[in-house]
Amino acid sequence: MSRKILLEHIDVPGINTFDTYRKMGGYRSVEKALKTMSPDDVVEEVKKSGMRGRGGAGFPTGMKWSFLAKPVGVPRYLVCNADESEPGTFKDRYLMEKIPHGLIEGMITSSYALGANTSYIYIRGEYFYILRILEKAIAEAYANGFLGKNILGSGYDLDLYVHPGAGAYICGEETALLESLEGKRGNPRVKPPFPAIAGLYACPTVVNNVETIAAIAPIVNMGGDEYAKIGIGRSTGTKLISASGHINNPGIYEIELGLPVEEFIYSDKYCGGIKNGKKLKAVVAGGSSVPILPANLILKTANNEERLMSYESLSDGGFVSGTMLGSGGFVVYDEDSCIVRNTWNFARFYHHESCGQCSPCREGTGWMEKVLHRIEYGHGKLSDIDLLVEVSKKIEGNTICPLGDAAAWPVASAIRHFREEFEWHIKEATLSQTRNFGLLAAHEALVK
Amino acid sequence: MNLAFSEEALTLSKALMKRYPEGKHKSALIPILHIAQAEFNGWLSTDAMDYVASIIGIKPIEVYEVASFYSMFNMQPVGKCSLEVCHTGPCAINGAESLISYLENKLNIKLGQTTADGMFTLKAVECLGSCGSAPMLQCGVNYYENLTNEKADDLINKLTAENRLQSYTDIK
Repeated sequence: MSRKILLEHIDVPGINTFDTYRKMGGYRSVEKALKTMSPDDVVEEVKKSGMRGRGGAGFPTGMKWSFLAKPVGVPRYLVCNADESEPGTFKDRYLMEKIPHGLIEGMITSSYALGANTSYIYIRGEYFYILRILEKAIAEAYANGFLGKNILGSGYDLDLYVHPGAGAYICGEETALLESLEGKRGNPRVKPPFPAIAGLYACPTVVNNVETIAAIAPIVNMGGDEYAKIGIGRSTGTKLISASGHINNPGIYEIELGLPVEEFIYSDKYCGGIKNGKKLKAVVAGGSSVPILPANLILKTANNEERLMSYESLSDGGFVSGTMLGSGGFVVYDEDSCIVRNTWNFARFYHHESCGQCSPCREGTGWMEKVLHRIEYGHGKLSDIDLLVEVSKKIEGNTICPLGDAAAWPVASAIRHFREEFEWHIKEATLSQTRNFGLLAAHEALVK
Repeated sequence: MNLAFSEEALTLSKALMKRYPEGKHKSALIPILHIAQAEFNGWLSTDAMDYVASIIGIKPIEVYEVASFYSMFNMQPVGKCSLEVCHTGPCAINGAESLISYLENKLNIKLGQTTADGMFTLKAVECLGSCGSAPMLQCGVNYYENLTNEKADDLINKLTAENRLQSYTDIK
């Protein structure tokens, strides 16, 4: 369960340079694809791999690729989503900073498969120093004949550019990203049409996450069938997990999907247990958008089965008792954490990041922030709890893009699993300003 | 309008516009606004935005609506060094709030304010993708992570000694 594919050579000195990367077997997938495979062959391997998009939604990548329209005489684009902004997620940053050629290689092989001759990496503006790292790697790839005209004598041409954003979580939504790349405000588009039909400059476009594209090289190298053997069930392959919060070893871990959650939290190979010998209270397993789960439900499902780090196992029980793998942003909360304060924090985040296009999200995120703020600061009413649930339900499913859902789920799930803590916060308004509720509610909530 | 880019910035801007297909060079707007902010004291005045519009050949309103949407573009003057402390979830539970208080006391300003000498602006910003190394702040292109009060002191001394605009993009 500790197989490394994306990070296999992470510790090799100089792996950020072309020469070392190449020496370690880099760019083999480009040679294999351009010299021995048709573009459709590459798409077929990605389909067989069963890999699901690593940005958060988990849609099968090969299937997404196969939807790409191919009208004659119209350019097609591949755009890499490097707008990593989901709180708790910092894996793409790590991958691009440490092994920039892994992404470049994936972009070339993927662009070939999709028939794109110009591709862009849209990176969040705050990662400007990584933009420089990527531009240097791209220059090396041009100098060595892996980018530009007639790559490796195959007749295939590709230009690759990095494009900075300027601070907007919403640009991680693929149509907002495309708007931003066109030099506009990051307002998500109404779908359909989907980007596969009308994306960048109204041309057929595929938008994929950094980790997804970086995984294309190993999939082409080993073949889709081999890749599909890694992992568990429909959760094939490996996944980068960003671990943060109250743990001994925060950082990025590549895990084979199917690793038990308990092992991930407590093994010294991964998170190394809870900091300062404290107890586990809750986990946000897939970035701030996914439902928070109390200790018992993150370690075991409602049916008392061991919870695994996989798409299926984490979502077992739906939103009643489960969550989602999401982007793999794994945030751990210890016994002293205040769930109310954390929920207010996330609500503030979504209010700040709402683009303002749809009123349920624009107004609703503001309401949730305001009500949570007054509960946190000792001015809440008991009826506020149901008010929050009601507002979250009015946002969910009623917006153009998934930001509305992403804002609603953390609030709804915190109340679902920690209602006693919210009630305590309101009833003990004075006491709650000087101490936290602690662990009690988490266990009581589980008994139900 | 008396503002103008340095020759270097102008050359870079024109090169950036060529990265996009013919007729689609408006795509270079955000990259060029980053350059403008670096060229014009860290913020985007109306004159600065009008100048960018003239370089790209688009209407000024197309620049205003974009500049005002993105959090990295300052629509008001700022200090030479914007200290942008991440205060989202994972950072908040690992010391961001006490780091902000420490910096407020040290610099004798509140969040959103600039020191009287124009050197520091203190901001709280949302998730910068540094959750495993909290608390942290961004200043210009650099991330400063796993901060303690002592490290924050050292950073402020270093930035004071450098005494220059800390830009997101160093066009050199």
